[in-house]
Amino acid sequence: MEAVIFYVFGAALIAAGVGVVTSRNPIHSAMFLVLAFVTSAFLWMLLEAEFLAIVLVLVYVGAVMVLFLFVVMMLDVKIEQARAGFTRYAPLGIAVVLIIVAQLGYVVWARTQEMSFLQAPPRADAGFSNTELLGSQLYTDYAYPFELAAVILLVAIVAAISLTMRKRPGLKVQDVAKQVQVSREDRVRLVSMDAEKGE
Amino acid sequence: MIGVAHYLTLAGLLFTLSVAGIFLNRKNVIILLMCIELMLLAVNFNFITLSRFLGDAAGQVFVFFILTVAAAESAIGLAILVVLFRSRRSINVEELDSMKG
Repeated sequence: MEAVIFYVFGAALIAAGVGVVTSRNPIHSAMFLVLAFVTSAFLWMLLEAEFLAIVLVLVYVGAVMVLFLFVVMMLDVKIEQARAGFTRYAPLGIAVVLIIVAQLGYVVWARTQEMSFLQAPPRADAGFSNTELLGSQLYTDYAYPFELAAVILLVAIVAAISLTMRKRPGLKVQDVAKQVQVSREDRVRLVSMDAEKGE
Repeated sequence: MIGVAHYLTLAGLLFTLSVAGIFLNRKNVIILLMCIELMLLAVNFNFITLSRFLGDAAGQVFVFFILTVAAAESAIGLAILVVLFRSRRSINVEELDSMKG
C-alpha cells in the first residue's frame, strides 16, 4: 500500500515538475507548481511529517502561490518573447542535468543500499502528535532561531511594502502634519469694504 | 519496500528538474523564481526523509525555518519584480543590462 501511494504521488510530483519547467504560459507553470506542492504534502504525510504537510498546503498553496498568480496576471508578460531562448540553452542544460542525475544516482542509490542503519522506524501509534513534538523542540532548543525567523518575516513585510509603495504626483491626500501646523494668518484674510448703498 | 533511497532519488530528480528549468527558461524571471521554489521543495524533501529515517525531529525544525525564509524570499523577489516592471516595462532577463554585467 505504501509503495502504491509512493509511486503514484511520486510520478505526479515529477510530472508537475516537468509541467512547471516546460509549459508555455506562466499561469500554467504556477498551477503545476501548486500541484507539485500538494503532491509533496501527501508524500510528507507518508513520512509522518503531518504538521509540515499542512503548513506547506496552507502557506505555500494558500499564500505564496496566490501571490505568484497575482503578480503573473498583473504584469501581463508577452509569452512569445519570453520563450525565445528556450532551445538555445537546451544542450547545455541537458548536459548539466545528466551529470547531476548521474552523481546523485550513484551517491543516493548505490551507496544507501547497504546502509542498514537507515531502516524506517515503526509507525507511530495513533495518539502520537507530530505538532506537539515539533512545538516542544521549537520552543525549547530552537527558541532563539524561532525569534530570528519572526524578525526575518517582519523585515520581509517592511521591505516588500516599502519597495512597491509609490507616491503619485497628482494624488489628493490629506497631510495631517501640515493641517495641524497651519496658523490663522495662512488661512484667514480680513477684508474691509464699504456697505452697499441702495438706490 | 520503500526505503530511504527511493525518497532521496525522488527529491534528487525534482532538484535536477528545477536546475534544468533555470537553464531552459532564461528569459522569464517569474519562472526562474518558481524553479527556485521547486528547488527548495526538493531540499525540504531530503530533510524530512532523513528526519524520518534517522528518527530525529531536528530535520523538521530545519524545514520549518527554510519555509519561513523561502516565503520571505519570494515576497521580496516578487516586490522587486513589480518595481522592475514598473520602471522598465519588461521582465526579460536579457534586457536587464543597465549595470553592464
